[in-house]
Amino acid sequence: MNPALINQELATTSRILVLIALTVYVISFLVLTVSLANRAKATKKEQTASAIRVENFGLILAGLATLIHGAGVLTRGIAANRVPWANMYEFSISGAFVVSAIYLIALFFKDIRFIATFVIGFVVLVIGSANTLFYVQVESLMPALQDYWLVIHVSVAILGTAFFTIAAALAALLLIKSGKSKSKVLKVFPDVEKLEKLSYQFNVIGFILWTFTLIAGAIWADKAWHRFWGWDTKEVWTFIIWTIYAAYLHATTTRGWEGKKAAWLTLIGFSAVIFNFTIVNLFFKGLHVYSGL
Amino acid sequence: MVSRQQSKYVVRKEYNEPIEAPDLSAKSWLRWIWKQLTSMKIALFLLLLLAIAAVPGSIYPQRSADPNGVALYFKNNPDFAKVLDSLQLFDVYASSWFSAIYLLLFISLIGCLLPRIGVHYKALREKPPAPPTNLARLPQYKKVTGEKVKLEAAFEYLTKNKYKVIAESKGKALVELRAEKGYLRETGNLIFHISLVGVLISVALGGALSFNGQRVLVEGETFVNNRAAYDSYQPGLLFSEASLQPFSMRLDQFSITYDYLNPANYAKPLDFRANVSTTVSDQQSQALIRVNEPIALPNAKVYLTGNGFAPEIIVRDPDGTISFSGPVVFLPQDANMTSLGVIKVPDAKKQFGMMAFFYPTVGKLSTGALTSTHPNPFDPVMTLNVYVGDLGIDKGINNNVYELDTHLLKQIAGGKSGTKALKLQPGDVVELPQNLGTVEFKSVKRFASLDITYNPLDIWVLISVIITFFGLLLMLLIPRRRIWVRKLADGAEVGALAKSRDESLERIVKEISQAMKKSK
Repeated sequence: MNPALINQELATTSRILVLIALTVYVISFLVLTVSLANRAKATKKEQTASAIRVENFGLILAGLATLIHGAGVLTRGIAANRVPWANMYEFSISGAFVVSAIYLIALFFKDIRFIATFVIGFVVLVIGSANTLFYVQVESLMPALQDYWLVIHVSVAILGTAFFTIAAALAALLLIKSGKSKSKVLKVFPDVEKLEKLSYQFNVIGFILWTFTLIAGAIWADKAWHRFWGWDTKEVWTFIIWTIYAAYLHATTTRGWEGKKAAWLTLIGFSAVIFNFTIVNLFFKGLHVYSGL
Repeated sequence: MVSRQQSKYVVRKEYNEPIEAPDLSAKSWLRWIWKQLTSMKIALFLLLLLAIAAVPGSIYPQRSADPNGVALYFKNNPDFAKVLDSLQLFDVYASSWFSAIYLLLFISLIGCLLPRIGVHYKALREKPPAPPTNLARLPQYKKVTGEKVKLEAAFEYLTKNKYKVIAESKGKALVELRAEKGYLRETGNLIFHISLVGVLISVALGGALSFNGQRVLVEGETFVNNRAAYDSYQPGLLFSEASLQPFSMRLDQFSITYDYLNPANYAKPLDFRANVSTTVSDQQSQALIRVNEPIALPNAKVYLTGNGFAPEIIVRDPDGTISFSGPVVFLPQDANMTSLGVIKVPDAKKQFGMMAFFYPTVGKLSTGALTSTHPNPFDPVMTLNVYVGDLGIDKGINNNVYELDTHLLKQIAGGKSGTKALKLQPGDVVELPQNLGTVEFKSVKRFASLDITYNPLDIWVLISVIITFFGLLLMLLIPRRRIWVRKLADGAEVGALAKSRDESLERIVKEISQAMKKSK
């Protein structure tokens, strides 16, 4: 392989774009929060209608932020001459972009506007920590990562994580909604059954994608590490996550676990996903040493 | 197993049954245990337990993945390590408790699976069942009124949408429809779980039949495949040496491409290439092994796992007799490939050993100590510390070729010995102290660390895994629905039942009703 020239100026442009996107996300988050508060307070129809207009504005801002964010991710990839997901900074910005994009696309098919603040809030958190904690300069790929499985395995993992994220947001809302709180905000959200159904649907897609990630990872490991499975720390946690979500599917479809119990299991599964991405990447010893930090 | 407990499809009644108080006969005990084991409650418990049991393996170093980490743990916390070891916490995934959980889980799975295969086979051949007396109690229900409402329209809708339909008629008019669709959901469910058993069996059996060996090969050296030619070797429990096929492989050249283009990435390796000549049953051919690109030889896949320098060194007695000659494998110590090697000369008049440092591109630290400033050999220098005394080789101890046990040795060059360490560049010949003779640094060669593996069943693991995935897709994405339509005196009624969360059910019932309304 011949070394390709890294375009550091374009990498700087990419970082600026991501930071601009972050700013627009923050504004979008604030607008959405205001809309939520207004809707909770609304007693008249006109008030609700005006709150929905504010919400529309917030979502348009989120769309704008996602476009700028996408340009930032794309330029990072072009600057590096490869897919933009080879270290933790890049996983984070690509992952956050996919979460936001999947959410906004899903809005065309399902009415899940009510979790906008949760999703955009999460995206703000991820981009913020990526820029402050995980930022690294663009580097060329080490030989172990120069493979087409990097494109397949990691992109599907990111996609699966995005679906798990939205399902977890819905589950969290379900728990708040079925809790003792009598906050007026709660009436804005759909009923528990609807939340549970939506959360289940996102978890199912997430589980399929996660299974694919695990299989693709094993095929790649057989090429790169001379075995398809070796209980590397990251493999262990991928397996743990898979098992938790498999249990979730059994519990909800067979044991008839509904409502809170299923929501708790979703949150446990999602905590394992986040743990796998942060603590395992940064502090556990293993073969997946690609955080770049 | 995915099936909805509340639905009428669940055949295994015991999910719902309360736990019976067992009587004391052995037979009923066994039956009770079997019943519990194959219950979904226990399966779910075991699944979650498996997730928890996997955690410690990521916290403590594992012998299979990180043997050095285990050794280090024993060195740092000898007492606690013993406790952990007695609980098999350094071998979590081979431990009796971890194995017990997944074996119970698979027994539970098989016990659950077997009866369902028969049930599903029957369901595939049978007609859709008769409707419940009260359709209105089904999750989706709609009544259509109008004298002209005919079931023919519903029949057309259902057959067009590939339902299995049984129609009953009175005279010429249809009076009742029973329809079912989505048998592939359960087929997928069964395929998923059966092939999961397939994965387990092929992984376990494949592991037992497999072997994994390591070999360090210096440029110019040839590896001839047989057990003795491996530096280390881990055969599976059932592996037979007859599986090792005769072939040979010569490392012609090892080369590395470094990044000189990007300042942020300066001198980082971008590519490792091992050019080899292989001979398989007198057929010679050339091949290239790279990271992510193993090569396949008979019953062996060869992977590139590491590399380093192997300086070629010749030691001569004072009278010129060669007492040591050959490339010596040096272990890399840092990113700039400062490497450490050991040369033992037992056959000289006076036994001696040398600890050697190799700097591919030599530089000087502010302390005066030598260092390497680049991983490529632009200005290679080797320094030698010389020790005389008993190397321990004759007693059969101290056999590690990468280590020099200096306890019984006296240093005569380098360190605090009073004599400076010997310093050589390629082509140099220098005198050894105490009239031991001369040492020549002939040339710089590279070595490749290779991993050679064989697993006759890995293709079966792959096939089972792919089938598992397709089973999963069917099982989770195909909805199974039953629809009943009944003629009423003043119209018709439609009722529907789904086996899973099914958002489209409401729409379908609506569509059927509308189709009947429009019928003329």
